This record gives sequence, structure tokens and C-alpha cells, in this order.
Amino acid sequence: MEAHTIKDNKTSIKATEKISGSEAIVRCLIEEDVKIIYGYPGGAIMPVYDELFKYQDKIHHVLTRHEQGATHSAQGFARISGKVGVAIATSGPGATNLITGIADAQIDSTPMVCITGQVPSHLLGSDAFQETDIVGISTPVTKWNCQVTKAADIPGALAKAFYIARSGRPGPVLVDITKDAQFEEFDFSYEKCTKIRSYNPVPKTDISSIEAAAKLMNAAKKPMIIWGQGIILSQAEEQLKALVEKAGIPAAWTILGASAIPTSHPLNVGMLGMHGNYAPNVLTNECDVLIAIGMRFDDRVTGKLDEYARQAKVIHFEIDPAEIDKNVQTEVAVLGDAKLSLEAILPLINENTHTEWHQKFKELYAIEYEKVIKNDLHPTKEGLTMGEVIKEINIQSKGNAAIVTDVGQHQMIACRYAEFNKTKSNITSGGLGTMGFGLPAAIGAKMAAPEREVVSISGDGGYQMTIQELGTIFQQKAAVKVVVLNNDFLGMVRQWQQLFFDKRYASTEMVNPNFVAIAEGYYIKAKKVTKREELAEAVAEMMASKEAYFLEVCVEKEGNVFPMVPSGASVSQIRLE
Amino acid sequence: MNSEIRLYTISVYTENNIGLLNRISAIFQRRHINVESLNISPSEIEGVAKFTIAVKMSEESVKKIIGQIEKQVEVIKAYYHDEENTIYQISGLFKIKSELLFEEPQIQNIIKESNARIVTVNTAFFVIEKSGKKDEIVKLHEQLSVFGIMQYTRSGRVAITKDEMKISTLLESYNN
Repeated sequence: MEAHTIKDNKTSIKATEKISGSEAIVRCLIEEDVKIIYGYPGGAIMPVYDELFKYQDKIHHVLTRHEQGATHSAQGFARISGKVGVAIATSGPGATNLITGIADAQIDSTPMVCITGQVPSHLLGSDAFQETDIVGISTPVTKWNCQVTKAADIPGALAKAFYIARSGRPGPVLVDITKDAQFEEFDFSYEKCTKIRSYNPVPKTDISSIEAAAKLMNAAKKPMIIWGQGIILSQAEEQLKALVEKAGIPAAWTILGASAIPTSHPLNVGMLGMHGNYAPNVLTNECDVLIAIGMRFDDRVTGKLDEYARQAKVIHFEIDPAEIDKNVQTEVAVLGDAKLSLEAILPLINENTHTEWHQKFKELYAIEYEKVIKNDLHPTKEGLTMGEVIKEINIQSKGNAAIVTDVGQHQMIACRYAEFNKTKSNITSGGLGTMGFGLPAAIGAKMAAPEREVVSISGDGGYQMTIQELGTIFQQKAAVKVVVLNNDFLGMVRQWQQLFFDKRYASTEMVNPNFVAIAEGYYIKAKKVTKREELAEAVAEMMASKEAYFLEVCVEKEGNVFPMVPSGASVSQIRLE
Repeated sequence: MNSEIRLYTISVYTENNIGLLNRISAIFQRRHINVESLNISPSEIEGVAKFTIAVKMSEESVKKIIGQIEKQVEVIKAYYHDEENTIYQISGLFKIKSELLFEEPQIQNIIKESNARIVTVNTAFFVIEKSGKKDEIVKLHEQLSVFGIMQYTRSGRVAITKDEMKISTLLESYNN
């Protein structure tokens, strides 16, 4: 990169100075306004850690207990703040341990920059100690990646990395930097990237598509909105709410779209998909116009595609052109940023109430309440249900907590029953379904938003996949509330074994350790609840705690999550029992 | 949409980047699509590379593939064309023992009739080059294999399309 000199003749400011590549990496992060990063040191990244030591008043490095934890923490950080999360690791195993988190961020469109150290460039391709082709390995799961072998290329590569990670449909990027490039000295200057000529992050919205969409929506008798994370990523929550209210259209959400509109909103008709609510699933196959906004018709949402919304005209608001017609054929595609598109369409939308149509949602909700919800939230049987634990957290947090979940039954129950008043309150691994995501993601979320109550909810299986991050909680004094809903089973797999494999419980029963003792081993206050009458008090104690708190709730062993769209079935074949 | 399997030529204009071949081939590999041929070359625009990929698939699938290719940050634009709208050439090289050139006079006729040319001759072997459509190269191969071929190789297709591909305009619009 060329040296930029002399802005003003009088002062003769030189904008460049000679520094090492490793210092440049840290300086680039500061330029990008990064204040917290998550990582784990090792040989090939040591020069950067040496600089982080020097700059520790500017950047807080969080030592996680495993590199996977670093990526999930960076994801949690990004999801609650809307900023780019940063994870850093050494070469070889350090780098490969990032892959699960990167793949998770890719499929859930989470902005994340990963920086890995690499063996010196003269050793590349020689099978050197801790050498791995991380650029090759991460290619299919990154939005962009590159390898840097010269210090002078570091600022450009990192500027591009941050720009690509956060712009358009966000995603993870990886920059692999050889150790010699970290040591090399060069003239440093930093310029933020704002444009890449081959890259068009936000396609321009075609006004004729807006008009066509408005016409369809105004003519609809039974319209339904389904929204996804695109609303949250483009900060279009207010616009969505305005549209829903003006047009009187019932609106349902994908798991990643949860919390964009408060749970209590009368037109919020609940969750879509395999374990979503009864009404929005069934009525997807009865609506006449289906308005999808910032979602990608994942198979967990659509069920059997051949029988998905065949009667409906589909309008798809989407930032990524590759998603249009990928799974579901659209009548009108509105390309572009959701916020801008919704702002543009709002004046063209007629006021409506669709009272009769909305009544159908209420009727189906009543059925779901009788068959499922009542028993989940107000059980009469002895065993504790996961649902009543979520209900208690709702009551005591007044719906203001950020709920970070892992993957499995507890995740579905939490997303179904958690009350969200604020956007960005549901942090979960949706697309990849990464067990072990929850605990480290909650650490990142709490550190990004210390003013918020962050409750991590995991099952006994996923919790043990990243349980070592309790060490990070302890060391960082991160006041995360950790709830484990323990049924001594890998519950979701067990549920499938019960329903589809004649109850052959192959390797799903867990013989669990003393979770309270483990948490206490990390000096975290801990409690175990086995009876209903202890629950409210324990949750109260947890919520009142100023520090981290661990709460194990032993729930019924063989509880199932319903409703359920069985794999390969249509959304209208959703089962209530 | 058309689900008939046909041969399509995909043209991808890209930045000249080291990892891009890996990224683009991964898109095909992940979806179990066998690439018939692949050629990477400079394009009409300086600094812009062009991938020419021949694939057999349905139009429905090829459209989705184009979307996935264009999604890559360093891809400028991707197009697909069917055979009617593609002008292409492939090249075949045949290495044959020199003595056959004199012992089998028919070889000379074959070379002449097929509009092939002799690239090099020495005492041990001579090399024939033939550019054209795949069938022409295949036919020449059949004709020559009777006499014995020491080495044979065929290139991927290089293709020009009847439609315009407005890359320069596109690049300008991105820059504004």
C-alpha cells in the first residue's frame, strides 16, 4: 500500500509509520472500532498476542477454553449487537477448531471476522508443524477468505474482511496470516473498505416490483407474512410492525426472526416450521398471498416442498438474489434491503383488518392451547416440563431477557414459549443446529450487552459439548445466567427414536455428572431443582444474582416437543400429539 | 421451468484471484454436478478472468448455480447459454509415430479432409492438431486410432456467445 503523505503543507502530517505486521493487525482492529475479541493463543499467532498485550487498554482479549468457543462467543457478540464479532486463533488445530463456528455463522448470516496465524510462508506446503490449509478448508463455509504472506497486504485484507462480513447479507470471513508477515515491518496506514468492484452487497430495489407486491397484498383476502432474520439484520423491526399493523396481516416468524416483533403483539401469530405453532403452519397452506421477508424457506420451515403453499402467490423480499426461487417459486421478488423495501411499500399498502382471516388463527391457537400449550405451561403431572421453566423465566425477567439457546428440545421449547419484548433477544443456532453453541454464545452476548439480562438455556447434551467455557465465565466475571434443562437424554434424538424408530434408544441416554459441583468447581454459584415447588424461588435467586449463576432443572425424562411436522411431511400434516 | 437435461456453457467473469477456482468448483462438487469441461483464461477486459464451464443439467438447476456463483464476492457476473447460442471450439492433439506418415498414406488424406494440421514432425513422431466441435475431434480420433496413437488429448471448450455480455458497463455501474 502506498504511503499517504502531507495533507497540509504547514503541519506536514505523515499518515504512515513503520510497524510490524502483527502490530498492524491490532491497529486495524482498533480502526474498525473493535473492543472485544475472542481467541486462543499458539505458536503461529504469538506475535499478534504480543501486540495485544501492548494494546490491552484498547482491545480486551477474551481467552476462551477452546477455539470453537471463541467463534460462538464472537457470534453471540455479533447477534446481540449487530456488530462484527472477531475470533482469533493459531494455525493448524487452532484454525480447524474455528470451523464449526464459521459454518454456523455462514448458514445463519452472522458477521464475523476470523484471523488465523499460519506457518511462515517459506514453509507453506511442506507439512510443517501445525500447518493446515485453512483457506482451502474454510472456503465452502466462508463468505470470503484469503491468505496474507506480506505485511503490506494486511491492512487491505482486513479492511476488505470487515466490509464483506458486515455488508449485504452478512457472513463469516477468514484471513490467514503467515508468521513472517506478522514479523515483517512496513509503512502502515489504514483505509476502510467501502467498495469492491465485483461485489454488489445490496441489490437496488426495483420500484416496479414494489408496486407489483403492493397490488398483490392489497388484493389479498387471506394474506400472511412470514419473516426471518433479514428484519433484524437490516434493522427493519419498526417498518415490519408498521406494515403488519396497517395491512392487518397476521405475521409469523422463523426461529432466527424471533423477537423482531414482540411476542405479545396481537398480529404476531407465532413460530413457523417443524416445531412451530399450529396455526401459522396449517394456514400457510390456506393463505392466498404469502409474503416472505428476509427468510430463505429452509426445509425446517417448509416441510415437504411439493406441498408447501401451492395455493398461494408468493412475494419474496430478499437481499440475496441466489435465494429467489431457490426453494419456493415466487410470483413477485423484491430484491434489496428489507428496511428500504418496506419503507417504499408502506405508502402503497391499503389499511385493512382481515378480521375473519385472523379469527382462523385464533381458532387454531385454541386447539393448540388445549392439546399442547396447556400441558407444557401448566402441567398437572408430577414431572417438571421444560415449558414451565421458560414460563417462570418469562415472568421473572418480564420478557426483557436475551435468551441464548443451544440445540434440541429445550431450544424449540424456549423459542416457542419465551416472551420477547425487545428485538435481538433470541440468539440460537438455527441453520446448522450446532450443539454446544449456547454457553459460549451467551458469554459473547453478555459482554456485548452487559446492561442486558442474558440467560443461556441448554440441554444436558449440548451443555457438555462446550462446558469448559464455564472457565471463561469465571475468568471474565461474565454475569451469564446458565440454565440446564436436564432430562438425562439427548432429548430430540430420543423423541425421534420414540416416534420413528420404535423406541430403540440407541446411545441417547446420558449418565450425567454432578453439574452443580462442576459449576461450583469454577466458583460459580449453583443450584439444582427437582421439584415444581422449588422452581420459582430458584429462578428468582438466579435472576437476582449480580454474578454468573448456574441452575440445573431436572425435567421429565421422556417429554416430547409438539406440535411437530414430521420429516418429509407437509406443513398441513403437523401433529399435535 | 425446463427440467430437461441439456448441455450449457457457463461463462463467469471474475477478479483474478488465487482461491476462486476452489470456490467455484466447490459449488459444483457440493451439488454433485459433473463438470464436462473447464477453461480459465483472460477475458476481453484487462485484469478480468473468464471461466468457461460446460455442464449437463436442467435450466432450472443451471439458474440456481448461476445464483450461487454470482454470490461469490470476487465474481463479477455469470451467464449461461445453450448450444444454439454458443460459438465454441475445442482443440485435440494427436501424437503418432513418424513412420506411419509414410507407411500409411491414408493418414495424409485424413489430415487434409479434416482440416487438421501438423504441428511438429521429427524422426520419432509427429503431432496433429485439430480445432473444432467435439464431434469433429472425436471423429478424427476414431479415424486415427486405427493406425495407433501414441498420445491423445482434448482441451476444454473456449466459447464466445451470440448474446452480448456487458461486463464493462456492469463494472462501471458498480464503481458509481
